[in-house]
Amino acid sequence: MKKELYTPQDLESVDFENDIGYPGKAPYTRGVYDAMYTKQLWTMRQYAGFGTSTETNKRFRYLLEQGQTGLSVAFDLPTQIGYDSDNPMCKGEVGKVGVSIDTLADMEDLFRDIPIENISTSMTINSTAIIVLAMYIALAEKRNLPLASLRGTTQNDILKEYVARGTYIFPPQPSLKLIVDIFQYCSEKMPKWNTISISGYHIREAGSNAVQEVAFTLADGIEYVKLALESGLQIDDFAPRLSFFFNSSMNFFEEIAKFRAARWLWSNIITNRFHSTNEKSKRMRFHTQTSGASLTAQQPENNIIRVTLAALSAVLGGTQSLHTNSFDEALSLPTEKAVRIALRTQQILGYETNIPNTIDPLGGSYFIENKTKEICKDVEKYLQKIDEMGGMVRAIETGYIQKEIQDHAYKLHVNLDAKIDKQVGVNCFVEESEQDFTLLKVNPKNEHEQIAKLHKIKKDRDNEKVQHCLAHLQNAVQAGDNLMQPIIDAVKEYATIEEIANILRKEYGEYTESIF
Amino acid sequence: MSKPIRVLIAKPGLDGHDRGAKIIARALKDAGMEVIYTGIKQTPESIARTALQEDVDVLGLSILSGAHNHLFPEIMKHLHQHKLDHILVIAGGIIPKDDIPFLKEIGIKAIYPPGSSLEDIVSFIRANVPQSTND
Repeated sequence: MKKELYTPQDLESVDFENDIGYPGKAPYTRGVYDAMYTKQLWTMRQYAGFGTSTETNKRFRYLLEQGQTGLSVAFDLPTQIGYDSDNPMCKGEVGKVGVSIDTLADMEDLFRDIPIENISTSMTINSTAIIVLAMYIALAEKRNLPLASLRGTTQNDILKEYVARGTYIFPPQPSLKLIVDIFQYCSEKMPKWNTISISGYHIREAGSNAVQEVAFTLADGIEYVKLALESGLQIDDFAPRLSFFFNSSMNFFEEIAKFRAARWLWSNIITNRFHSTNEKSKRMRFHTQTSGASLTAQQPENNIIRVTLAALSAVLGGTQSLHTNSFDEALSLPTEKAVRIALRTQQILGYETNIPNTIDPLGGSYFIENKTKEICKDVEKYLQKIDEMGGMVRAIETGYIQKEIQDHAYKLHVNLDAKIDKQVGVNCFVEESEQDFTLLKVNPKNEHEQIAKLHKIKKDRDNEKVQHCLAHLQNAVQAGDNLMQPIIDAVKEYATIEEIANILRKEYGEYTESIF
Repeated sequence: MSKPIRVLIAKPGLDGHDRGAKIIARALKDAGMEVIYTGIKQTPESIARTALQEDVDVLGLSILSGAHNHLFPEIMKHLHQHKLDHILVIAGGIIPKDDIPFLKEIGIKAIYPPGSSLEDIVSFIRANVPQSTND
């Protein structure tokens, strides 16, 4: 039922200390830092990558020159699912949705002349996260940088791949083992690295609602924490380095309440379920990306406005970093011009509006606080249900999560078709518009160049050493050892991503999707 | 009673964005068609083979990875090799306008960008499905 007006009555069940409190203090509803943007703006971090590593390196340096404050690497699909560029499965996909990485040589070109010790680098990589992170570590070691200086994030969230994103390789159990290997390695050597970015973004893009986005993300988070504890880590060894990733969609106030609710919930989960005593473990730090699914292919310039509103929700919701989508992304990969407008959108919010001058400016609003509490309650119902099913892995295996998402996605589309929900330019205010801007074309020659580069490296490297490293890795897999170091050793000898992934495939098997 | 229209919804390429494919599969089912959805990461060859085995009238392709200009011609080639030229092929996803003439030329009859109406797709299939079947 729609409620049109909120009054002090709607705050009767809201307790200031337990539900709202102060920024920088548990339960962190109002933000994870006490000064929030008054001291430092959110990190403006545009997800980018296409073609060869040399080309993406140029885009990265351009973005840094334009005032971007962190990098976010998009990898192509072959890299994400552990195939080399010359695998026949990959024809037409090399360098398409991201940069192509076959070996450490590509990583060296990708970060050429970029001081990785001074920036933070986020990498959207999941089933092959351990290999790509190994390459980043190898790059740092070759530059004689202390690993403790590296800042950044590996997405490394496999559970959402099974329900929403699809770049899985292995079945859940061995995939989870690789994640815990990264937790262990980084808790010792890379104290500034966010080992995982537990992602609701893709769950929402797949069609979930806001409550499901938070619920399934937290349920994934709970599963990762349980596994890490089972492996012998202590909660406060790794929980401070867990990070999250959410969507910001068009339901403006609901999104703000969602971000606040997510922080409250995580703080309570870490405190009550997992008995953390470290405040840093309880702080949910998250990245936000504006919703891609809310962009329209019709009258695409209107997407600039949509992105602005979604970005504003994220800022009012207290995000730590933000990617704003480009207006042409319902049509193709974004052009440099479209990316610049998207970045400028954040800069205008950050520097012209005075919005960052007040911490959690909507705190105390009858509507926002009531909505925040309502989302918390609805999410808790889902979490209880997932607990009763035996946890998130079980809930995914039975298809429950997938079905919940699909049902909502279908409902959204039917509502649009029936004009119950409105989308400007799609089901109302429709006009045939001429497209008066150009779209990005990924150079088809890239694929050939990338394959030629791969073949040259395979010829020039010390193949005996490579085989030795791969054999050593295989032994480590069979022994159930932590695989981080053996993989670092292999990538340093220019073993390819597919060679390494194939060792794992052989031992772990491959996951095939069940259709629900 | 005439035979219901049989549709294969297939996702070629390596991308995992299956929201659109699943919505279409369900909408066509709700419209009384028989729908087979085979999941993500299908090769052109496996798509043609499934189309043959399942004796479908319509093939709906969904792709968001940008590899359509390579993969769609491959699929059309494999359909032809299996003598399946009668199948009505349609596609949806992130497909730039500039690529549409080429895709139409190779035999893809309709291309649906994000935001397309389910009703439009259902009526297009009903109007264009090969004559032997009609519900």
